[in-house]
Amino acid sequence: MTTLTTRTSSPTPDVSTLPLQSSRARWTVRIIGISAAVGVALTVWLGLWVTPPDVSQGNTVPGNLVRLVYIHPGVAWVALYLAFGLAAVASLLYLWPRTRSMFWDRLAAAAVEVGVVFNVCTLISGSIWGRPTWGVYWAWDARLTLTAILLVLFLGYMALRRIPAEPEKRAKRSAFVCLFAAVDIPVDHFSVLWWKTLHQGATVLNPDLSPTIHGSMAWTLLISFVALTLVFVWMLLVRYRIGVLGDWLDGNELDVALRERQSEGVAADTGGAR
Amino acid sequence: MWRDTVLVAGKDLRIEARSRVALSQVAPFGVVALAMFAFALGPDRAPMAHGAPGLFWVAVLFCTVLAVQRSVSVEAVDGARDGLRLSGLDPAGLFLGKAAAVAAQLVVLELVLTVGVILLYGARIETPWLILASSVLGTIGLAATGTLYGALSAGLRVKETLLPFLFLPIAAPVLLAGTRIWQAALSGGIPADAGPWLRLLVVFDAVYLALGVVVYGPIQESA
Repeated sequence: MTTLTTRTSSPTPDVSTLPLQSSRARWTVRIIGISAAVGVALTVWLGLWVTPPDVSQGNTVPGNLVRLVYIHPGVAWVALYLAFGLAAVASLLYLWPRTRSMFWDRLAAAAVEVGVVFNVCTLISGSIWGRPTWGVYWAWDARLTLTAILLVLFLGYMALRRIPAEPEKRAKRSAFVCLFAAVDIPVDHFSVLWWKTLHQGATVLNPDLSPTIHGSMAWTLLISFVALTLVFVWMLLVRYRIGVLGDWLDGNELDVALRERQSEGVAADTGGAR
Repeated sequence: MWRDTVLVAGKDLRIEARSRVALSQVAPFGVVALAMFAFALGPDRAPMAHGAPGLFWVAVLFCTVLAVQRSVSVEAVDGARDGLRLSGLDPAGLFLGKAAAVAAQLVVLELVLTVGVILLYGARIETPWLILASSVLGTIGLAATGTLYGALSAGLRVKETLLPFLFLPIAAPVLLAGTRIWQAALSGGIPADAGPWLRLLVVFDAVYLALGVVVYGPIQESA
């Protein structure tokens, strides 16, 4: 029903006027993507070859496991804080009547989707780390459990978004679910302090704000955070653009199809010039 | 707000008193669930007594889904939801009232299930006040979150399938905390272990009750 109302509102379907579709915007996204790839490559090089293995264990398998520190915290940072945090803020701004716009809704949707990918990566990289250090792939510890719950909560958010509904109602409903789910984020962050957990405390964002890591390892860790943040921004922008195009298509699909059929007719009349 | 709370809770409980759906379907379902857990864990009593706290709360969670669905469906026909919105009742009162009605039904249900756990699983309660506290706090949290998600899914055609998927993970902290408190309260547990989990339940209840009071009005508009 919504397709019928919005279809007539834009008689000339021109994709290039949509947000993020101008050639300048596309180039910006591309440059961010390239710098993300460079950053990841740099992290891999620094993490695997330049930085030393664990001091106490030397160049052994457990000694080299510490290199997971250049992936796991960065991925978790993107998923739990950047992506889901951004989704929560965007949802709040959508619900706030003064700032209500579909921009926030699409941004929240894009952030959640990318966040879910990073959340899965967090759980996988954590499991790979957990097996040799704790002896198990998975422990029912507060932080792990809460992170898994967060994943399921945002999977629910995505399921809710897939239900056909009027865009406005869907946006509102999704924003509420996102906010309810986001309550879990601070609990997850402080879980290492509140409960006795297997998971170690915060290395960088600890209560004293004094990172407990130094030298080339600290630099590599920092670069990994920047690189993964760039990956997140790039994926977010691409997903947002797809979201915009998807919404546009929902509104103009019939118009486009009609136009194509008409031009076919014209082409046939003029002797198949097409 | 409080007057509206009492009115709405009274309405839902009167419907329940006349239809007896929770009493004749949801409570028996809870007992059936307990029996199913017993079948699954075999005739040996030791694993059952060991798992009693968790199984109790899982059964409560499942029953909450049913109670919330019932609470939504009594207003699904004859434009009752629109009627409530037009009635001028305070949305916060509406939320608290519906949550209170669900909570009242859950309390009765938990009594039945507690007796069931003691009889079927041979669980022995050492610290009754902890059981009581966890039930009261857990019930408030479940009723608050359940009512919120019930309202969110009210207008959807897929609400029966969506509600459990959205609600159960959000309610997982209640399951976790409730189970730990029960473990501390049963024989062999240490009552002092329950402290942090009781605090977690209090925070959980406060957060979702506050959220519900603030956002229930806008949620109704989106359904």
